[in-house]
Amino acid sequence: MTPILEVKNIHKNYANHVALKDVSIVVEPQKIFGLLGPNGAGKTSLIRIINQITGPDKGEVLFNGEHLAPKHVDYIGYLPEERGLYKKMSVGEQVMYLAQLKGLKKSEAKARLQQWFKKFEIENWWDKKIEELSKGMQQKVQFIVTVLHEPKLLILDEPFSGFDPINAQLIKNEILELRDKGATIIFSTHNMGSVEELCDNIALINKAEKLLDGSVKDIRKTYKSNTFKVTFKGNLIGFTNSLWAGAELLAKKSEEDVHTVTVKMLHQNKPNDLLQAVLNNAEILSFNEIVPSMNDIFISVVENKTTLNTQSAFTE
Amino acid sequence: MNKLLLIIQREYFSRVKKKSFLIMTILGPVLLAGLMVVPVWLAMRDKTDHQVLVLDHSGLFLDKLPNTKQIKFTYGAESIQTAKAKLKDGPFDMIMEIKGDALNDTKTTPVLYYKKQPGISVEQYITNTMENVLFDYRLQGDSIDLTKIDKARRPVELLTLKVTEDGKDEKTNTEINMAIGFACAIAIYFMIFLYGSQVMRGVIEEKSNRIVEVIVSSVKPFQLMLGKIIGVAFVGLTQFILWIVLTLLIQTAVTTVLFKDQLADTVKHNSQMEKVMKNDLSAGINKMDKVESTNEVIELFNNVSNINISKVLMCFAFYFLFGYLLYAALFAAIGSAVDSEADTQQFILPVTIPLIASFIIAQSIVTDPDSSMAQFFSIFPLTSPIVMMVRLPFDVPVWELALSMFCLVIGFLFFTWVAGKIYRTGILMYGKKPTWKELGKWLFYKG
Repeated sequence: MTPILEVKNIHKNYANHVALKDVSIVVEPQKIFGLLGPNGAGKTSLIRIINQITGPDKGEVLFNGEHLAPKHVDYIGYLPEERGLYKKMSVGEQVMYLAQLKGLKKSEAKARLQQWFKKFEIENWWDKKIEELSKGMQQKVQFIVTVLHEPKLLILDEPFSGFDPINAQLIKNEILELRDKGATIIFSTHNMGSVEELCDNIALINKAEKLLDGSVKDIRKTYKSNTFKVTFKGNLIGFTNSLWAGAELLAKKSEEDVHTVTVKMLHQNKPNDLLQAVLNNAEILSFNEIVPSMNDIFISVVENKTTLNTQSAFTE
Repeated sequence: MNKLLLIIQREYFSRVKKKSFLIMTILGPVLLAGLMVVPVWLAMRDKTDHQVLVLDHSGLFLDKLPNTKQIKFTYGAESIQTAKAKLKDGPFDMIMEIKGDALNDTKTTPVLYYKKQPGISVEQYITNTMENVLFDYRLQGDSIDLTKIDKARRPVELLTLKVTEDGKDEKTNTEINMAIGFACAIAIYFMIFLYGSQVMRGVIEEKSNRIVEVIVSSVKPFQLMLGKIIGVAFVGLTQFILWIVLTLLIQTAVTTVLFKDQLADTVKHNSQMEKVMKNDLSAGINKMDKVESTNEVIELFNNVSNINISKVLMCFAFYFLFGYLLYAALFAAIGSAVDSEADTQQFILPVTIPLIASFIIAQSIVTDPDSSMAQFFSIFPLTSPIVMMVRLPFDVPVWELALSMFCLVIGFLFFTWVAGKIYRTGILMYGKKPTWKELGKWLFYKG
């Protein structure tokens, strides 16, 4: 299957700094792709290049296997992080204008808009001016405009900012529905919870360079450190003694005689070895492997730490 | 549908539908018509006549001072004291006392008493008429025939005719053309400022609304800039036409209602004037070319002046359009470089200097239309829209006009290219106000 988007060795320099340095990403169709990175990493620069707002200094971008060209604009929907609408224009005029700019015919735009407005239960907004709407309401209108022309590739930069939890959920569901209908979504965010929830693949960019990419599942697996969380009833000292040299106790927390500990397996030991060792001294209530959250991975990769801070994993 | 057309439509209708457009459209002609009508109306209402009581002890001026609408002379013989007493609440507001022999006695001067200071023109009128009366007396004293003097003092009327290359004489209407040229230059100047700054404000609005990134993901920034410039141009055109139509309507309405009687007089007067002019003209032409019949010559004269007017109008349309386009692009670039209108000053100044300079240059062109300065600035694209319009009535050589137009088109393309480059980068830059050096760097960013 040809990837819907291939970014190959992109370089982009601005007057005084390097925005992107040899960045390559591949976005598979009908997947949600997370573009992660701290502020100023180069995400927006990359997104602008994909949207043909600016051009790269070096490297190329392929859309559906073709060189990115002006005609592809109509197949891409873009929701920028810094977004806005004409304040003095009515909602209806505005969405019609933006829809037609994306190449939709007037009648088609109108029909689709009516559907969307009905779906979001905002039909009575049509004649209102944008400045009369709240920020969240404006965001809804903006989201509709972004997806109205049924883009093959949807680029959403921090789509949930400004939404209350209910509307954020609404938008989340819409994104998943669009993916199921065949759209591919590039999703740039700092909200690592939503990355775990939504993204299939990610790329992490820091200081103009890509540090990490792959599927969320694989990445979390790679960053696993063979650490387990055990909750048990019994004697903590007896439990600790029974670990021997096969495992290391990293953290502990006790509530009366119920203890929760984080244990890192050493050497090639398996979870079963641990269980066997401690079974006599403790009544196991739960036993889970700690899989690092995307948040931990993000922080660790950006700060270039070799080991993960399991303490934060523990408190999660 | 073409995206550029969509942008033009939006820019046009969003402005035309605004209340401020309606207000400006109505207010403009009202002010303009007011500017034309009010002074006339005020002058008509002007009832401040001066009644001057003349106490002439010399008897020289009796019934000799001509009355005007404003100043009426009445002659009396009472003593100055009784006259002064009358001044308080009588019909007179001035008394002129002429003591002694005004003709020979140069030491005793006439005295003007007043209760309210008269204007300088009143004083001047009185001294002038008195001088004239005394002048006539003195000539008569030397037994010179006054009618001969009148005859001798005939004004010369100069008929200016241009000899064209094929040897024909052409009557040119320089004054009228010059006035039209200046009016056109002023119109261009105002339209550039008014609508150029509207383009700038539109760009700033889009930038501060943050809608611009959404739009440039659908269209090229250059398309957006061009669409805005053209859309606003149509707004300007609409407003301009509405202004002209409304001004004419208001003017005719007001004149017919307010000045009914005066209008009839004027029409009569005008037709008389026309008659006189026609007679004069035919007399002049007959001397010039006796073979041709008068009617044909008048037609020719009309044609010639018509050709000049249409040339001026065509040039106006050209310089107006390209002048506006060039400056609007620069204004758009300024708008894109800043975050708010307050930051624009630094960049607006260099753009407005050539415009203002054009008008200063235009003043000197009237006295010397073919100086090398006039030539240069009527070809230089930043000043040519205004300077060439003023120079046009003075028969600019065709090659100069063609070169000027060519340079303006080249200038327009160049500055639009520059503006497009700055615009493209500027609309996505927030925060710090850029320096001139940074603007220069933006020109060379890769699109």
